[in-house]
Amino acid sequence: MSELIIKGVSRTFPGVHGGQPVQALQPTDLTIEKNDFVTILGPSGCGKSTLLRIIAGLDRPTTGTVTLEGKEIKGPGADRGMVFQSYTLFPWLTIRENVAFGLRERGVPAKEMWEIVDSYIDKVGLRGFQNHWPKQLSGGMQQRTAIARALANDPKIMLLDEPFGALDNQTRGLMQELLLGIWEREHKTVIFVTHDIEEAVFMASRVVTMTARPGRIKSITPVDLPHPRHYTIKASPEFSALRLKLTEEIRSEAIVAAGHG
Amino acid sequence: MRPLEPIGQQARVLLGILFFVLFFSAWGVATLGGFVSPTFLADPITMVKDGIYLLTEQGFMTDIGMTVWRVLGGFVLAMIVAVPLGIAMGAYKPIEALLEPFVSFARYLPASAFIPLLILWAGIGEMQKLLVIFIGAVFQIILMVAVAVSSTRRDLVEAAYTLGATDRGVVRRVLMPANAPDIAEILRLVLGWAWTYVIVAELIGASSGIGYMIINSQALMATGQIIFGIIVIGLIGLISDFAFKSLNRKLFAWRLA
Repeated sequence: MSELIIKGVSRTFPGVHGGQPVQALQPTDLTIEKNDFVTILGPSGCGKSTLLRIIAGLDRPTTGTVTLEGKEIKGPGADRGMVFQSYTLFPWLTIRENVAFGLRERGVPAKEMWEIVDSYIDKVGLRGFQNHWPKQLSGGMQQRTAIARALANDPKIMLLDEPFGALDNQTRGLMQELLLGIWEREHKTVIFVTHDIEEAVFMASRVVTMTARPGRIKSITPVDLPHPRHYTIKASPEFSALRLKLTEEIRSEAIVAAGHG
Repeated sequence: MRPLEPIGQQARVLLGILFFVLFFSAWGVATLGGFVSPTFLADPITMVKDGIYLLTEQGFMTDIGMTVWRVLGGFVLAMIVAVPLGIAMGAYKPIEALLEPFVSFARYLPASAFIPLLILWAGIGEMQKLLVIFIGAVFQIILMVAVAVSSTRRDLVEAAYTLGATDRGVVRRVLMPANAPDIAEILRLVLGWAWTYVIVAELIGASSGIGYMIINSQALMATGQIIFGIIVIGLIGLISDFAFKSLNRKLFAWRLA
């Protein structure tokens, strides 16, 4: 069953100070199945974040519609959990209270709420840090909390906007394995935006590449690597072939994007 | 000295005390050494004697109590009105568009210039004194709170929405807690200003309070009493500032974590 249907979605931003309007996204169609793990790959400024924000309901499309299980998306909601690139934990709440934010908003009874919260804190490996404030945690730990916070709401779909973009390489690798492990066990629908080719291939069942601004979908590449995936798969010939293919595709777009400054 | 290099706690306290010592020594030398006429400036010893006289013979404690009550009364009234309004203005742009120009204008109306009008409207009783403080504080608090709330991190607001928060939930569970420390800091600052308004209010048409004592002492040329009054205000300010700061540290420990 197809879960999320993106139909003719485009986005044009009005010109600033009387300037020309900027088209960030050309009309785009994309269908995402239940339990799919789709990564959206493209050079910076290709509109991939714009597309994700439209799905989240944080931005409105200029044309087109997005429907989730047959219902058109009009605004943000708990059925689409989002993890941002910037650290967006609420600094005045402890790790535990941060993860509980959505459940509390829904009025889940306290006992049930804390059970759910603690189970997700365990899943992202943050037991022992429940009562810390976000400031006391490293960037990787904060993003793990953000993932737990989104998952605790039991959304139909997870949207991740370059969540590991600000992390160092080693931490980033560990985070990819953690997220993939959660997905393999829980089978969530995931859309993951990144500009890192290796990251896109390692986690995805399908990689969607986008062109330089104004963005549109350039290709969709299925990734048939077996699950569960171990990080050593990154050294396999199949992985290298996929990486090379996508590198070629993205490179030409990156050149265009760089030319625009 | 290196720019921005931190110093130890002990050195910080000692240096802070040192300047008070220097200040009082300079004052002592100028007055007791005969460089300044006692008519214009009392020496520290006379000041202390006058202070004891005021406290023991003149019931100055009552005056201090009156002044503190007026400051707190007017300030609390202003706070009750201004903080919710400021939050509403920061959160909802139509409310901001409606009120911001007027509040910006009203903020520059000098509270002390209202005293003659307020005497006409409210007499020379306590209500008039409270209103001076109220007018002096309320517009400042509204505007500063509104600015703080408008500058809330957008990504935190967006994160709350994607977690299913309602519009009211965002105000109550993001905008308010995110800005609570700033609001507390604004209140601390404006409370300091409220002290200057109360003294002005008491200089005109009052029969008690620190300001009343000061204007009375002027007629008697008792500069020692005037200085004592001023120093008492300074001390109360210092104490309330300290109390406010340590309360903020307790309430908003997450900021310092």
